[in-house]
Amino acid sequence: MKIEVLGTGCPKCKQFAANAEAAVKELNIQVEVNKVTDIGKIIEYGVMMTPALVVDGVVITAGKVLSKDEIKKILSK
Amino acid sequence: MIKPIIDWLVYGIFKMRKGALLSEALNFFLYDTIKIFLLLTVIIFIVAIIRTFFSPEKTRLILSNKKNCWGNVLAAFLGIVTPFCSCSAVPLFLGFLEAGVPLGVTFSFLVASPMINEVALVMLWGIFGWKISLIYIGSGLVIAIVSGIVIGSFKVEDLVEQFGQKKQACCAVLLSGMKFRDRIVYAEEYVTDLLKRIWLFVILGIGVGAWIHGYVPADFLGRIAGKGNWLAVPLATLIGIPLYSNAAGVIPLVSALTEKGVAMGTALSFMMAVTALSLPEFIILRRAMKLKLLIIFASVVGMGIMFTGYLFNLILR
Repeated sequence: MKIEVLGTGCPKCKQFAANAEAAVKELNIQVEVNKVTDIGKIIEYGVMMTPALVVDGVVITAGKVLSKDEIKKILSK
Repeated sequence: MIKPIIDWLVYGIFKMRKGALLSEALNFFLYDTIKIFLLLTVIIFIVAIIRTFFSPEKTRLILSNKKNCWGNVLAAFLGIVTPFCSCSAVPLFLGFLEAGVPLGVTFSFLVASPMINEVALVMLWGIFGWKISLIYIGSGLVIAIVSGIVIGSFKVEDLVEQFGQKKQACCAVLLSGMKFRDRIVYAEEYVTDLLKRIWLFVILGIGVGAWIHGYVPADFLGRIAGKGNWLAVPLATLIGIPLYSNAAGVIPLVSALTEKGVAMGTALSFMMAVTALSLPEFIILRRAMKLKLLIIFASVVGMGIMFTGYLFNLILR
């Protein structure tokens, strides 16, 4: 599994990345959370609002800071 | 309803003398702070609920291929209700263009969205009253619509930075498909988050405002920033540019300054510049626009704001 957090470095994006990392840790899965800050990459995913969560190249959510539990729910599917 | 409680607290409990400068300033401060926080909580909760029905994706769909002026009008109105944060201004701007929203229409959205935001509206309504709020909304919409049409007529599409083509459509889970309870939860989070960010600015703004209200002599600023000085409007606009994200603190301050002789049109120009023209946002937008386009954008909107200032300096009072 590949997890990416898209964000331009705003406080919300940092919070979101931290939540994602905490979720991965609690689920005990061996994946790294990649923080994508490059605007070009974010555009490529068709995202208009950051932060966004991308799992295996598929955009799951955009524009909302998900909680740790919400991310856990998405990742365990 | 709040007024008697504050009077009782200040004159009854604190035993402060009615009419004394300090007690009047404290009374003014407590009354405004409580009123504004009540208004902020209620109105922003309602706005947040409305916002759950809109998303940038939906707005983009409505606006795509709207070639004539109606596109600009629609974009300005949608700018009020579509959630927007300056940190996602670039992906939003490029996302709109890519979906076939004309450049001018995109600019109408980009002007209206930060200028007519819920915090500014609550502060204006709570502090200046409904009349000034309506003037602000009305002129904000006109500036957004006209600026968009003007920039659109320049045919400057080549000044937008090019990025790679997008590979897929966003998103699997979005705000759509929310249940009523989800909307309430979203709105609660939105209000808490916002209040956490702005409470200090609000208190500072009202506090300094209360101090000016009580201690600065009336018409102190009349000569520098009154109607007589034609330079006041452009100066107010320029000073407003670096003050972004402090709309919550700036508005009560401006209100106190208008009592001391700053003309209303000049005050409007200043508040509009604070919300619509922001230096940090320009720096972010530079990644999506060539410098020339950024300058065109800032000058067109800036001229609109100054025109509004002069106009209301002539009409009001």
